[in-house]
Amino acid sequence: MKLERTELSLIGVAIAIAILAQFSPNWLVFTLTLAISTALVVMGVVMLMRAGLVSFGQGLFYCLGGYAVGLGGRFLGITDALVLVGLGVVVTTVVAMILGLLMTRYREIFFAMLSLAFSMILYGILVKSHGLGSTDGFGVVDWTLLGFTPGDGQATTTALMLALVLALAIALFLNRYFKSSIGLACEAIRENEVRVEYMGISHRKVLYINYVLAAAVGSVGGSMTALAAGHVDPTMAYWTISGEFVFIAILGGTGHVAAPFIAALIFTLVRTYAVELAPNAWQMILGIVLLLIILFLPKGIWSLFTRKKGAAS
Amino acid sequence: MTTQQPRLLKRTLLSVALASVGVMGLAGAANAQDDTFKVGFVTFLSGGASGPFGVPAAQGAEIVIDAINEGTLPAPYDSKGVNGLMLESVVVDEAGGPTKQVEEYRNLVQRQNVDAVIGYISSGDCLAIGPVAEEMEMFTIAFDCGTSRLFAELDDPQYMFRTGLDAVADNVGAARYLAETRPDAERIAGIQQNYAWGQDSWQDFTLAMEQLMPEAEIIANQTPQIFQGSYGTEISALQTERPEIIHSSMWGGDMESFVLQANARGLLAQADALLTTGESGLHRFDGQAPNGTILGGRGPFGAFMPDNELSEWFREAYEAEHGTPPSYPASKAAQAILALKYAADNSGAEGVPSSEQLAATLKGAEFPSVSGTVRMDLANGHQAVQPMYYGEYHYEDGEAELRNVRSYPGECVSAPDGYNAQQWIKEGFPGVDCD
Amino acid sequence: MLTVWAILIDGFIYASWLFLVAAGLTVIYGVMRILNMAHGSLYALGAYAAASALGWYYAQGGDQLWIAFAIIAVSAILIGAISGLIIERGLLRLMYGRDEILMLIITFAVLLILEDVMKLVWGTTPYFAWQPYAAMGRFNIDVLTVSQYDLLVMALSVVIGLGLWFWLERTNMGKILRSIIHDREVSEAMGVNVRRMFTITFMIGATLGAIAGGVTAPIISVVPGIGVEVIVLAFAVVVTGGLGSITGAAVGAVIVGLARATSIHTMPELELFIIYAVMATVLVFRPHGLFGLAAARKI
Repeated sequence: MKLERTELSLIGVAIAIAILAQFSPNWLVFTLTLAISTALVVMGVVMLMRAGLVSFGQGLFYCLGGYAVGLGGRFLGITDALVLVGLGVVVTTVVAMILGLLMTRYREIFFAMLSLAFSMILYGILVKSHGLGSTDGFGVVDWTLLGFTPGDGQATTTALMLALVLALAIALFLNRYFKSSIGLACEAIRENEVRVEYMGISHRKVLYINYVLAAAVGSVGGSMTALAAGHVDPTMAYWTISGEFVFIAILGGTGHVAAPFIAALIFTLVRTYAVELAPNAWQMILGIVLLLIILFLPKGIWSLFTRKKGAAS
Repeated sequence: MTTQQPRLLKRTLLSVALASVGVMGLAGAANAQDDTFKVGFVTFLSGGASGPFGVPAAQGAEIVIDAINEGTLPAPYDSKGVNGLMLESVVVDEAGGPTKQVEEYRNLVQRQNVDAVIGYISSGDCLAIGPVAEEMEMFTIAFDCGTSRLFAELDDPQYMFRTGLDAVADNVGAARYLAETRPDAERIAGIQQNYAWGQDSWQDFTLAMEQLMPEAEIIANQTPQIFQGSYGTEISALQTERPEIIHSSMWGGDMESFVLQANARGLLAQADALLTTGESGLHRFDGQAPNGTILGGRGPFGAFMPDNELSEWFREAYEAEHGTPPSYPASKAAQAILALKYAADNSGAEGVPSSEQLAATLKGAEFPSVSGTVRMDLANGHQAVQPMYYGEYHYEDGEAELRNVRSYPGECVSAPDGYNAQQWIKEGFPGVDCD
Repeated sequence: MLTVWAILIDGFIYASWLFLVAAGLTVIYGVMRILNMAHGSLYALGAYAAASALGWYYAQGGDQLWIAFAIIAVSAILIGAISGLIIERGLLRLMYGRDEILMLIITFAVLLILEDVMKLVWGTTPYFAWQPYAAMGRFNIDVLTVSQYDLLVMALSVVIGLGLWFWLERTNMGKILRSIIHDREVSEAMGVNVRRMFTITFMIGATLGAIAGGVTAPIISVVPGIGVEVIVLAFAVVVTGGLGSITGAAVGAVIVGLARATSIHTMPELELFIIYAVMATVLVFRPHGLFGLAAARKI
């Protein structure tokens, strides 16, 4: 029965946010949209982490999602936001299906470095693409949603609604996925790969499916960021951005589908206030916050919300 | 780990959350007072662009803002404040890329309730901010970024302005300077940072060279990564090509490192370097650049500032505060603040001028600045037109100075409205006026 | 022919610099299983310390090259050892036994903190300490010139490489360290003071990073952010060669150095990809790097 309670509360929170957003200042709506988009990419990192893999190149899929939106609007003349997001998912899935064949052979630091290398190669290609504005990037076209054209000042709220719906759908799906046989097999692989093999489960296949799913989820995050911010650039694939995703994933912990969302929101708020209050020392504040969380909450912020107090030790 | 800690932390976290909600509420309540004008100033405070550009720009802006509030600027800016209001600035770090800057911009406008935004060194940030400024109807001045795409991609701008020149002017000016001072040069090479700025600069420069020095041959271009720092291999690769001129749009620490290494390796004895942003190193090379190295300052800024009351005041005030003469990013920031004061003082508004009033005043305006008179003539009155300057580095007895300085009027280096900059160069500069 | 010479010379100069940067990283990983992301910050600390000390020396009117070199060595070693000690004793010590990836994130936090600490201490104005580099002079091969300072860096890199090899393979402490690498628990049970060894290893690794920064300082303009740029480079070299292996780091540095020089001299457009391409190619065929050993699969 716990499962349904989680789903109900996810839906409840999403509706609450949607209602509150109508009365929130515009900047908060925008920040929320970015936080939700970031959380989706982080969700991909968390999915890999549950299988014991840490990706320092999730920016690859984030960037693919973003550029699919940018390029789809610019060169294919697509303006519908959902179609653009879908395009990103298709492109990303294809790329991830090819890379996944290779990536699933690697573990630990080698997985991290190889994913970083692929992400940096995409960064290099985009930097070299002078026609796409190189590092300056380019603007995303004005988009519509199922025939509805957001008017002046409506775009931010519309983007949030879209992000909310997509994130809710993904969260509901992943909540079940984590408890499905593949999701559980991932955790088993993290604990002991060889024993999983002995049980007759193909660990490569499980990791492969997990990798491709994580990539697709990340792509949605990138697409939503592009739609909300209205601009894409190669920084999305740079390794420090991927590092940020890992940072947020650790901040939240892997315990629950809601953790990345809470962590992304806290991260964004800490950063924006740190930038405002200490423009010269905000990196230091971020670093200290991260250290404190690792020191006192080794399972992430989510462990504050669980009742199992002993589990943290 | 004991069970006490999570509980304690939960409580702390809760109170932090409550406190931040409170701060948000306060920020909303402490809405800009009626006797101050709040401006957001966005510049690099961390990362590789902070030292040579971001921080000098912030310092230049600060000096002008302080003087405005004390009423100590020379005429016509000698009135206290902007439109009689105290000028208050909120400084934001530009690091983090365009997406983050869009977020910070929204925060500035809606959470901090600024009345205007000035900033942006990176072209990517300018391109991303342009449409947001229009959407949010906020008076915004880009003070440094150089991309020629800014107004090409913003149809009919209302609120976005740029008080500096675009990078096309730098490179057309550079080609003109070469054509006049080194007409016999035949082998031209380049070294650019591998990103949009470097690629655009090299493209504009080579296009202009085809027009102005058709005899010269472009033999090589190296594209090291930005912030790479050591250029040993690139220098060897250039040496084996035996160039006579080396064009470089590298800036800041990278530019200084390259000059230092190329000089020590003897490359700069074999070829003359042309550094489009070299002015920022003028007082830092300490003779490590050979005499005759060609330096640009992205317009009449830094050491290229013409002598007038404002520039003399600015030079002295900056040197008194920071010990060195202002480099071009500092002058460009000062210019943008002066543009704001000009727009506010002449807006005719009672109290805080609105973005519409500021934009209407600055549009197509002509205002005096540290760089002489600035005309907002291009992009429908939103883009400044100013002369471009180049000169040669000369170092003697511990003193660095610019010699053989030449200036090219704005109409000589900038494409007229309605032209794509690259198209304008390719067609042989139609409508050009160099007198 | 000239190009071939240039590629070889440039390749080995760059390789020796890469090795200097990567050596400390691989030593720390080899013994402690910590991939230290703050290594770049230690490099930057060394560069700042050397540049400001050199600046002070030349401002006093000093002009002795050997004193300048002594200043680089002393300032880099001091700042490297001290900050290494502080980071290890003050922070990492509290975290031992955590997941390898978590340790990586911890050092990432250290990197963020150090970036701002350096900015608070040294400001953002670039530091320029060109004198030793210029004073060393150069020699010519046809139109090509070679800086003798670069040759000195090459020599230093060989000395440090041999020194590390000797330390790990031929000394008593090296034997102890290898026993820790092999099995931490058992060596602890045999009476090895693992914690002390960790402190020493981390200090040596940190000092190596600072030395790399110190010798680079006269070649570059020292600005905020230089540390972040070298980390990925050092990672790529170390992963290509095999994590934790000194020989691997050396071979990785030479391969990356030569590949990069070849690309710059013949196809400058590809320079941006070359390091990642080399790393990806090596990992495709040798999943643990050239000299890396596959971990035993625990059942």
